Amino acid sequence: MGEPVHAVPMLPTARRPGCPFDPPEELTDARRHGPISRLTHFGGNPGWLVTGYDLVRSVLADPRFSSRRELMNVVDYELPPAPPGEFLLMDEPRHGRYRKPLVGKFTVRRMRLLTERVEQITTACLDAMEKAGPPADLVTSFAKPIPAIVICELLGVPYEDRGSFQEQIDAFVGGGTDEDELMAAYTATQDYLAGLVAAKRAHPTDDVLSELTDSDLTEEELKGIALVLLVAGLDTTANMLSLGTFALLENPAQLAALRADPALADRAVEELLRYLSVAKSFMRTALEDVELGGQTIEAGTTVVLSYHTANRDPERFADPDTLDIRRQHTGHLAFGHGIHQCLGQQLARVELRVALPALIARFPALRLAVPAEEVGLRPETADIYGVTSLPVTWDTEAS
Amino acid sequence: MRRPRLRVDRERCIGAGMCALTAPEVFDQDPDDGRVLLLRAEPPAALHAAARLAAGLCPSGAIALDEPESGGT
Ligand code: SF4
Repeated sequence: MGEPVHAVPMLPTARRPGCPFDPPEELTDARRHGPISRLTHFGGNPGWLVTGYDLVRSVLADPRFSSRRELMNVVDYELPPAPPGEFLLMDEPRHGRYRKPLVGKFTVRRMRLLTERVEQITTACLDAMEKAGPPADLVTSFAKPIPAIVICELLGVPYEDRGSFQEQIDAFVGGGTDEDELMAAYTATQDYLAGLVAAKRAHPTDDVLSELTDSDLTEEELKGIALVLLVAGLDTTANMLSLGTFALLENPAQLAALRADPALADRAVEELLRYLSVAKSFMRTALEDVELGGQTIEAGTTVVLSYHTANRDPERFADPDTLDIRRQHTGHLAFGHGIHQCLGQQLARVELRVALPALIARFPALRLAVPAEEVGLRPETADIYGVTSLPVTWDTEAS
Repeated sequence: MRRPRLRVDRERCIGAGMCALTAPEVFDQDPDDGRVLLLRAEPPAALHAAARLAAGLCPSGAIALDEPESGGT
């Protein structure tokens, strides 16, 4: 019975030229055929692709789907289990062991207390940008340093280490391709964090990492947690800041509306999160046979959940492909859903809400310094989508 | 007229803070463990929509909302 199921031969590796903000056409097309499609994984293994909002959300809340890395059935060799502390790729109770001690440190209230500090950091970055004069690469002068300084302060990375430390992290999250360089940077970061954890245990200071040493977590586990917080706290927000600015520059009416009414900032941030969905997709593996959207997902099969097409689902969001910062919607999946929903989301919100309005207020004539088609985009294969650099310019005589 | 009644399950809560963000007059987070605190189990009418939204957004299904059988909103 039923119609044949739509099949996607492989996850797309590029977006349509000229449409840097829209999901790859193949994914949108799949959603038009229905919320679930067959998918052949990267290594040739059969799997599924979920593109519709309701179905993505239901899988994320369903304990019959696992996040464990060693169960991911996408390549023809076995993946190792996630190292201690890297809780994104774990299920309960391991996941909870790492997440629980962190939760109280990232509450709405605690993150709001950071607003003033985020404002100071933003001001300092904008001052430096203004002093250096146009043009500027918004990625290096604005989008990267703000979340980097914030997360380093939260974790307690000493000030003098920040420069070299950030370079190391950039090297392995930046989507570079040289395997040896990636490994070297990853190992250097690991070593650095191991030293940092030991130092915090010996001499606790006023930061999240020091607080965590006062628990039964081992050095190895603390190192893993620190790495997760760093990578998640840096790369996602940095790309939301740069890609978000790009999207606003390409939608001048929206930019003007936000500039005219900073009270729109909260909604603008939620809308940019929905519209851009920089964390594009995640995977889950069925632990048993599960009925999903009229299909049977066999135990052991891995499902790709497309957050981006879910966040553009016309059944959930009116006129979903239009960036509308006045939209009064909620419930986007940019931070996921279920037990893995982003721990740092309230921090991300504070950073975006402070930094984006401050940037556009400081530079009223901010514009791209190159044609939009020449802005370098991250490959679709990177975990987090974004721009590699964003050349901008502005007029100085007005100020 | 009966009001909707809220219940929270602190064991299920993962501390994502969607509730405290969406309906701060109704929910807060425990400063120690980040888990949900219910400030008003029977919020006044002006807060119903926000409370309902928070229940719907909670990623872990930790907020239950008992709507009155009939009448009321
Ligand atoms: S939204 Fe749900 S999971 Fe998040 S803090 Fe509130 S009750 Fe807990």
